[in-house]
Amino acid sequence: MDRFRMIFQYFQSNSESVMNGICGLLALASIKIYTCFDFSCPCLPRYNMAYGLGILFVPPIAFFLCGLILNRQSLVMLDEWRRPQGRRRKDLAVIRYMCSSIMQRAMVAPAVWIVVALLDGKCLICAFSSSVDPKKFPGFTNATVEQAQELLAKVPCKEDELVGNSMSRRAVSRYLRCWSQALGWSILLMLIIAAFLARWLRPCFNQAALLQTRHWSNYIDIEQKTFEETCCEHSQLFAHKCILHFFESMQEEIRQHSFDLPKEEEEDLLRGITHQDQVNKLLKTWYYEKPPLDVSQATQRHPLGRERSLPPWAGSPRAQSKFPHASYIGKVK
Amino acid sequence: MDKFRMIFQFLQSNQESFMNGICGIMALASAQLYSAFDFNCPCLPRYNLAYGLGVLLVPPLILFLLGFVLNNNVSMLAEEWRRPRGRRGKDAAVLRYMFCSMAQRAMIAPAVWVSVTLLDGKCITCAFCTSLPVGALGNASHPGLSQGEVKRVLARIPCKEIYDGQELVANEVAVRYLRCISQALGWCFMLLMTTLAFLVRSLRPCFTQAAFLKSRYWSHYIDIERKLFDETCTEHARSFAKVCIQQFFQGMSTDMEAAHCHLPKKKTTDDGEASEKLLGITDQGTMNTALKSWHRCKPPLHLHPGGPPHGNGWAGEGQPPLRPPPEPPARRKEMAAYYSRV
Repeated sequence: MDRFRMIFQYFQSNSESVMNGICGLLALASIKIYTCFDFSCPCLPRYNMAYGLGILFVPPIAFFLCGLILNRQSLVMLDEWRRPQGRRRKDLAVIRYMCSSIMQRAMVAPAVWIVVALLDGKCLICAFSSSVDPKKFPGFTNATVEQAQELLAKVPCKEDELVGNSMSRRAVSRYLRCWSQALGWSILLMLIIAAFLARWLRPCFNQAALLQTRHWSNYIDIEQKTFEETCCEHSQLFAHKCILHFFESMQEEIRQHSFDLPKEEEEDLLRGITHQDQVNKLLKTWYYEKPPLDVSQATQRHPLGRERSLPPWAGSPRAQSKFPHASYIGKVK
Repeated sequence: MDKFRMIFQFLQSNQESFMNGICGIMALASAQLYSAFDFNCPCLPRYNLAYGLGVLLVPPLILFLLGFVLNNNVSMLAEEWRRPRGRRGKDAAVLRYMFCSMAQRAMIAPAVWVSVTLLDGKCITCAFCTSLPVGALGNASHPGLSQGEVKRVLARIPCKEIYDGQELVANEVAVRYLRCISQALGWCFMLLMTTLAFLVRSLRPCFTQAAFLKSRYWSHYIDIERKLFDETCTEHARSFAKVCIQQFFQGMSTDMEAAHCHLPKKKTTDDGEASEKLLGITDQGTMNTALKSWHRCKPPLHLHPGGPPHGNGWAGEGQPPLRPPPEPPARRKEMAAYYSRV
């Protein structure tokens, strides 16, 4: 009983730490992808804003969706939300709790991308270089409006010959980068304060209800896992019985066609299949006529005074079923 | 009981996590393959499009097919699909489930290749440089160049060292423009793929959860049954081979005694077990004869029912002896073997 509890605690903590691990890996992946990504601003008047803001916002959406997909608990939550009520009522508080914990984990990687992009500055420089007021910068005051727009659009591209590495270009670039970094640090500070407040203030409001919802959300997760394990175990036993029954029916058929008596114990492992033709016939029958998915006959065999042989796995530990019923595979005479 | 459950969970998770692992390795391999690949745009008007689109689309197809090849369950799916109905009905839903789960895993590596290629930009730059809007980016009114010549000049954009159209449109401007389009396409493609995956995964529990549970159970069952059948056949083959070889040696020893008129040696109780294992072959000559006979005249795949076989084991007879039922054995064995505790 204690060992059972220990194993369940391990599964439970393991699932949480698995989800936290995935969340962390996605955050690292987003940083890595940003550093590997070759940002190249088009430096054209209308394209800059679309490109810059696109790089700032589209990858976070993709990372958010990835975070939802990779989290196993989102499927469990959806299942719980959409299931018919049946004989177990639904608790919306549990579903809300699960939803909020999934969303929080999924938002880490997008937030990391946005913060890193803002602290780096390239996105905002590309997006807003055309929107800067040219009168603030000495190099652009003499140009017409269209020329100023075109020159400003080329600010993110250092190697362009039109703008070159002039002081005005560097001034605009520094100005925009300063704004970008300020925005980045502010967002980071806001997120950390929000997380801090959420964690500290939550126990002040309705702690008992929170304990209940957390317990039942863990329960639903564990129940789902246990159901899957039990199905797997069941299908293993089902397959055992089905194959055993198949071999026995083959043995039966062979006995009807030959006059051999039941064998000694060693040959019992062969189940009466001792010719090459018999083996070939067995294999052909397995393909052409798979046995029906019905092992009720195998468990209710009528006694006819014949010996049965032990299957090779009967003595091994993996054959011990946990189902508390007895099923004979040997016959006492 | 708990250990049993843990082992089964490991087996099940092992197969799934094994397939997920293969899927992840192929995705990493496709990214690595792209970075190792030496992209060489031909910089000729009609060849650029073919090369660029070929590098963009042909490797993903290969990776998709490779994903199916590396998946062990493909043969299982094919077998279940093609087997005769026999005494067991076929469920199309199970086949669809198996195919969908394999196809989803196989699509990850191609999607990674296409994303990485588009985000890098070289393929699109190579493929579409001749379609560049010269009017918007450069001097469309540059004199002296026919349509064909303009295309020839534009086709050299990816090859900076031979590009001679700087007056027509600056190389950096063109490359930046094309790369921007390519990266936008890449991010949109990634967003589309993740949205599709999200929809597929999240809409399923809303509509067909019961049917899904059924298909999943039976598809795992088919896999487990196939593995267990293979194990059972292996066990049978092992026993068959053991008995066949024992009978061969016994036959050999009997024939040697008959040929040399030796009396069978009496087994002493002290080394009874060891001399039993020698199977009656106790000198070099007999052993050599046995080995030669094993090579020249293997015994037929037909086990004699108990006791040493009659006749010359070297003659290679293959007739199964049809004997009338002999007298019943001395005592009947009583055994009951319980599969589980009551």
